[in-house]
This record gives sequence, C-alpha cells and structure tokens, in this order.
Amino acid sequence: MTHPDEEQLVQAYYGEIDDAFHHHLEECPECAATFDRLKEMLDSVSDYPVPERNSAYGAEVWARLVPHLPLAQPRPGWLRWWVLGPVLATLLTVAFLAGRFTEQRQTGISTTARERVLLMAISDHLERSQIVLTELVHADPQAADLASERDRARDLVSENRLLRETAVHMDDPSVVALLDQLERVLVDVANSPSALPPDDLAALQQRIESEGLLFKVRVTGANTREKGQKL
Amino acid sequence: MDWTDADAAEQARKGDQQAFRVLVERHSQSIFRLAFRMTGNEQDAEDTVQETFLRAYKQLHRFDGRAAFSTWLYRICANCSLDLIRARKSRKEQQDSTGEGATAHWLERVAARDPSPERLSQSRQIANLLEPALQRLSEIERTAFVLRHYEGCDINQIADVLGVGANAAKHSVFRAVQKLRRALQPAWEVGAR
Ligand SMILES: [Zn+2]
Repeated sequence: MTHPDEEQLVQAYYGEIDDAFHHHLEECPECAATFDRLKEMLDSVSDYPVPERNSAYGAEVWARLVPHLPLAQPRPGWLRWWVLGPVLATLLTVAFLAGRFTEQRQTGISTTARERVLLMAISDHLERSQIVLTELVHADPQAADLASERDRARDLVSENRLLRETAVHMDDPSVVALLDQLERVLVDVANSPSALPPDDLAALQQRIESEGLLFKVRVTGANTREKGQKL
Repeated sequence: MDWTDADAAEQARKGDQQAFRVLVERHSQSIFRLAFRMTGNEQDAEDTVQETFLRAYKQLHRFDGRAAFSTWLYRICANCSLDLIRARKSRKEQQDSTGEGATAHWLERVAARDPSPERLSQSRQIANLLEPALQRLSEIERTAFVLRHYEGCDINQIADVLGVGANAAKHSVFRAVQKLRRALQPAWEVGAR
C-alpha cells in the first residue's frame, strides 16, 4: 500500500477504512505520526459543551409547539387544545417555579428560555380568553346558549390562577393586574347558568365593554407574545 | 405508549396529534443538541427546535418511511439551522454572536467542566478558536462535520441530509477537517509541551 493521503486519514479516523490501512500504520512511522496528530486534533474538538436539557424538555417543547400546530380537523383539534391548555399551564408553572427556586442552571432549561415559555403560555391563555369574551360580547341576550362559553371559562379560571401566580414571581404587575380583572369576569361566567337571563347577559356584556377588558386582553396578549419572541 | 417512530409517524400523518407528541418528546433532546452545534447559541437552537418540529408536522405527508424518522428529522433540523444562519448573516448579527460574547460563553462552559489548569489553557485555546472556525466553514461543511463528528452519522446519512451524493458528502467532511485543523493550529503550538 502506498502512503494514504490526508482524505484517507480523515476517513480512517471515522472508521471508514479497511485493514490494509491499519497494517500500513503499523509499518510506517511517518504516517502513524501524521495520523496521531490528526487524531489528537479531532479528539480535542469532541468536547463541544452543549447546554443540558432536563428530562422534562420534550414536554416543554411540545407545550410550546402545540398552539402553533395547524389543526387537521378544526373542531376536535380545537377542543383538544382547550382541554390541554390548563394541563400545560400547570406543567409549565411547576417547571418554572422549580427551576426558579433551585437555580438548576446546569441541569435545567435556562432562565431566559423558561421565561420565554411562560410568556408564550400567558399569551396563549389570553388568546383563548379573548375568544370567549368576544363570543360573550356578541351573544344575543334574547337567544343565547352559553353552555360552551361557560365550560371553557371554567377551564380558563384554573389556568388563569396558575399563570397569575407565575406572573407574580416574574414580577410583572401589569400582567398580574389584568389576570385579576380577567379572573373576576371568568368566575362569573363559569358560575352562570347556561341559559343566562337576558338582563344578566346584557349586564355582563356592558361590564366587559366598560372595563375595556377585551381590548386590554388583546393588547397584553400581543405584547406578551412579542416580548417572549424577543427573549 | 411503546410506539416505534414509524408507527407514531404513520398515526400522526393521519391527524393524531398525540402520536406526534410522542415523536416530539422522544427526539427533542437530540434535535436540540444538533441545533446547538449547528447554530452555536442557545436561543437560536431553541428557535430551531420549534421550527424543526413545526415543519416536520406540516411535511409529515412527505415522510415515506424510506429513511429512519430520526434521519428525516435531522435533515429538517439541519435545513432550519441553515435558514437561521443565513438569516442571521443577512441581519448582520454575525458580529455579536461570533464575537466576544459567544466566546466568553463557550469558555465558561469549558471551564466549568475541566478544572485542570494545564488542560484548561489548551482547552481555552481550542475553545477560543473552535466556534469562530466553525462559523467560517461553508454551510455544507459545517453541517457535514457536525453530523459526522458529533452525531456519528455515516456518509450516506449525511448525503441524505444534505441532498448530495456520497462523494460530495465525504469531501465536505474532509474540507471541514482541513479548515479546522488550520484554524486550531495555534492552540497546538501553545499547548505542545
Ligand atoms: Zn506511510
């Protein structure tokens, strides 16, 4: 065998070369030395430290991903999204608080990444709340069946509480204030009968409008998303 | 749920989001590692992970099961990383991410893992030089090298990811090694006892 060229040495390093090559190295000190230098260099770059991700990382990725997945069958997919929302919020909040208090920077997701996840979760929550509020505001007081809005409001109430808790820890008073205000309306909707008397619905609609709640939810939702995307 | 990747992909393609969830949870870690080595920073890697799974979901109908699902996903991730690197270049953010900040980051991570002062100084040298050197590789060279060296992909898988022939893939790995070798040379001169 003639002396292997550089490209063959590289191939050899990655285990893509036959026995004849190894034979040659044993007999040719010159090639053996060249190969050793190459090996030392390539071994040295193997230690390329990647920030670690903990075992919950897959679930975190999924939680961030799911609101963005296009829905195959609109209604069932949409319902699943509703059902999933509070569960994700719980998971994210727990992950956030755990990471925050134990400062596990090495093993966990970084603080920035975690805050980003939370901002996205808050923004998604506000988006879902906005849909319910919009439906309420546009419902006809004379002929409204609010069973679906009520059910969704119930889910949103628990999600709202978790996220409020988190927003407190993130030291974001304007979001906390909005979530407080939102919670009061959501609780009222959640506790109302599905056939709300026309006067009560009209009063609720007026309350949402006079507090400018829909607008605040929309603006804060958009700002939170933008802030999360910039992190 | 003990689904194989192929089964889960098949179910996901039929619209079962939970099946896709299985795939996301299973592959997130390795996709993050690949994305990080491709982009060289944490935030870009996170964005790449998201974009990879989003694209994968939208393109599931194109996954024919010919290659392993993980290889298919790697290809998407590599392409997302390349898109991001190109966008970053065009935004002229290159300076920020390859400059002092990124190197300092990198040094911190190396230092945390290797306390021996002698090795540290050489590690520091290599660390100083490696990320900028990787950034100077062509996109194809960087992809080929990362897949070969860090991900242990064979030449055919790399060719598949890059959409080139086996010889071109092989040659890209070689060129990357040559360039890195040249870039890292100073560390060996200093580090040599
Ligand atoms: Zn020889």
